[in-house]
Amino acid sequence: MHDKSIAQLASGLRAGEFSSVDLTQAFLDRIEQYDGALNSFITIAEQAALKSAEAADRRLRTGKATLLTGIPIAHKDIFCTDGVKTSCGSRMLDHFIAPYDATVVTRFDQAGAVMLGKTNMDEFAMGSSNETSYYGPVHNPWDQESVPGGSSGGSAAAVAARLCVAATGTDTGGSIRQPAALCGLTGLKPTYGRVSRYGMIAFASSLDQGGSLTRSAADAAAMLQVMAGFDPRDSTSAERPVPDYGAALEDEIAGLRIGLPKEYFGEGLDPAVARSVEQAIDEYRRLGAEVKKISLPNSALAIPTYYVVAPAECSSNLARFDGVRFGHRCDDPKDLEELYKRSRGEGFGAEVKRRILIGTYALSAGYYDAYYLKAQQIRKLISDDFRSAFEQVDVVMGPTAPGTAFGIGEKADDPVTMYLSDTYTIAVNLAGLPAVSIPVAPVGGKPVGLQIIGDYFQESRLLNMAHRYQQVTDWHLAMPEMQDLG
Amino acid sequence: MVWETVIGLEIHAQLATRSKIFSGASTAFGAAPNTQACNVDLGMPGVLPVLNREAVRMAIRFSAAIDAELARRSVFARKNYFYPDLPKGYQISQLELPIVGPGEVQILLDDGETRAVGVTRAHLEEDAGKSLHEDFHGLTGVDLNRAGTPLLEIVSEPDMRSAREAVAYARKIHQIVQYIGICDGNMQEGSFRVDANVSVRHPGEELGTRAELKNINSFRFLERAINFEVERQIELLEAGGEVVQETRLYDADRDETRSMRSKEEANDYRYFPDPDLLPVELDEVFIAEVTADMPELPDARRSRFNQVYGLKPVDAATLTVSRPLADYFERVVEVSGDTRLAATWVMGELSGALNRDGLEITAASVTAEMLGGMLRRIADGTISGKLAKQVFEAMWQGGGSADEIIEARGLKQITNTGAIEKLVDEVIDANPRQVESFRQADEKKQAKMLGFFVGQVMKASRGKANPQQVNQLLRIKLV
Repeated sequence: MHDKSIAQLASGLRAGEFSSVDLTQAFLDRIEQYDGALNSFITIAEQAALKSAEAADRRLRTGKATLLTGIPIAHKDIFCTDGVKTSCGSRMLDHFIAPYDATVVTRFDQAGAVMLGKTNMDEFAMGSSNETSYYGPVHNPWDQESVPGGSSGGSAAAVAARLCVAATGTDTGGSIRQPAALCGLTGLKPTYGRVSRYGMIAFASSLDQGGSLTRSAADAAAMLQVMAGFDPRDSTSAERPVPDYGAALEDEIAGLRIGLPKEYFGEGLDPAVARSVEQAIDEYRRLGAEVKKISLPNSALAIPTYYVVAPAECSSNLARFDGVRFGHRCDDPKDLEELYKRSRGEGFGAEVKRRILIGTYALSAGYYDAYYLKAQQIRKLISDDFRSAFEQVDVVMGPTAPGTAFGIGEKADDPVTMYLSDTYTIAVNLAGLPAVSIPVAPVGGKPVGLQIIGDYFQESRLLNMAHRYQQVTDWHLAMPEMQDLG
Repeated sequence: MVWETVIGLEIHAQLATRSKIFSGASTAFGAAPNTQACNVDLGMPGVLPVLNREAVRMAIRFSAAIDAELARRSVFARKNYFYPDLPKGYQISQLELPIVGPGEVQILLDDGETRAVGVTRAHLEEDAGKSLHEDFHGLTGVDLNRAGTPLLEIVSEPDMRSAREAVAYARKIHQIVQYIGICDGNMQEGSFRVDANVSVRHPGEELGTRAELKNINSFRFLERAINFEVERQIELLEAGGEVVQETRLYDADRDETRSMRSKEEANDYRYFPDPDLLPVELDEVFIAEVTADMPELPDARRSRFNQVYGLKPVDAATLTVSRPLADYFERVVEVSGDTRLAATWVMGELSGALNRDGLEITAASVTAEMLGGMLRRIADGTISGKLAKQVFEAMWQGGGSADEIIEARGLKQITNTGAIEKLVDEVIDANPRQVESFRQADEKKQAKMLGFFVGQVMKASRGKANPQQVNQLLRIKLV
């Protein structure tokens, strides 16, 4: 049951082969059995899940069910859930229960999906390995000594280990695509504005975007169908119609033009990963796509630009965690200043502090023009690179990450090396484009991701490209061998 | 040494929207603490601001009222600082691209001259909550009801040269925002707050270092705070000292300003464009729709009152000081048909009664229709002006309309010549000695003495006799 697609499960539920309660219980059992070793969940909402499953079963009998009704999923612990703890992977919010649901959560509830729990993540989504979580690192189901990637590492590990059918994630600089690549999943980061950010705890508001981690492009289409759409509560959400993402999956891709940026195949890329990605591109050639070399000349500026913009926004977004109204408050502060200093000093971890400091500096009087303003100008250049690219090609392809999953602790003390693991994903966020990572041939038993980047609101095309590949390959069906370490 | 005072004002006008600038919570004043703060106002993790269209409309109206440049594209920015009543750790404001650009207003000076004061800009922003330091035994309470209330911050050029001019400018802005219905102008409740930037210099020199005065909640205190500060700065400079750039609080009880924080202690606000909000882009259709129903503005109304009603400039200014007062006056004119009487009574008895009872014109118990109805009875001779004061007082106390009071109290003027003649005869008979001396006096003296007889007749009629008729009859009978 745990290895079926959303479509298969939906039809099983309708055929009465099993109930949503059966399905939910089966996943809860797997979590119980395996998550002790993986640490992919921060909160397991067992009772609430079973209750939703019962409601889903009733709804399935009325014939008013959706594709997601009764399907057990998990939400990254960055999405606020009314009544269930939302920690954002931080000590700061260790006891925080939001008084409202994020729009994404509401949409899944309305679709009848069952939330099993909240998944582990890098603290405030700042990290690429899931090692910055207050709740401890997540282990990659393919190699438990390795990281699952981050920041949506818990969602990635949980889906890869079949502890839930699919999971939500958020992607500010690669936080869906990189863990999807490292865990052998399909990770979709939609166009900025396609999915509401309301109730998604902000890291860098101009870059954050919700998306999904699934086992296939078809499942990703089903998830996006629920998540996408205008939200009057989010001024940056796009007021444009939502297409039927399932409808275009099977479309012919012969004749489509794929661009390979030379900057994505240069220094720093693991040669074995490069070979794997090139093999996948050969597969696309066989499917009739045209492949041509292109250039995204400002690619090398993406990381430095991102590490000005994202920390600047985060330094302001995280100012609300001051110990006054919610979240961690230090014991016995002697005055207001100490309340702020100690509450924040104790509540935030090292990586979060590092980024707040960088961002505060970048916005300071006298430095704003040199850093923030300059970064915004470069951001425009990076967008322009893609704009020119999409005049020549339909999609851009390359590796999602420069290597496979690295060992836990291996890069934890070297932030710059860690930041480089997002070298191919970050430009997409700076430009606000949609992109998907899909599993291709593994290297040394570890998954490898192919990134497909599309033009604005071209999610259907990305899912179509991904799906056609998955029809002729079976890398996405591979399942890690799970040791019962519960 | 001659000193010149230079003043610029920053006025925060609370916009009269029903809901907050970035959330749907109510803006009503006076609710129990924290009952009007929703998740957005509380700065809960994950919430996002959505701009209130009504606040934008109000800013557009202000821009039209002072004939200012209206930015077709303006941008919200975050002003970052920590304070317990600032829930998000930043205030959403506008910095580089404010919605309202340069404009100007005319102020009337004491010598009757007008002077233009430049408005540098006006921008939209959210208010913070309130920190309550009393009642918590050494702790501070935070009330976030006010957090997110829309403000229009109106910044002037340093164009004012005295406290009187600053007050005239502040009153002018106060008048305009109320006329166009974007602010209730209540200074006690903080709906209209004035901060003053004050410096002194020798005429012709560069601007001196300024101090920013805060915590001023009336026009009277504005004048006093500036005057105190000017004296303080001059004394300091003349003693060889230097003015430091700082924020000073005005203490009305002691009538002085005190240092609050200096420039060195000031925050670096780290402004940057708020990524949660799109730039505000205004198209011509929307602007035209918003400005289509602009009311007549104070200056235009004053000059119309002057020209159409023939009122003296000073009276026209008095009667147009607020829109409700001007509306009231015009309604009284309409009902009574007598401009002169209407002006006299609105500025006289009505204003007196309002002042006495500390009421706003909108709370007057005598409506414009009631006052107009009474003036009609003066004009048609039913009551004398003197009796009308009694009638007005009775109306003010809730005694009904003028006609009802006149009827109930029998105050109708006696215009029957026979009845008046009878009273005149009685007075002449009862005062033979005075009649005798009247008849022997010269014309000049007689004019003076006539008053005695008129008074006696009026007294006998209990004020109801028509004074003109009494006069005429006395003149005939005494000679």
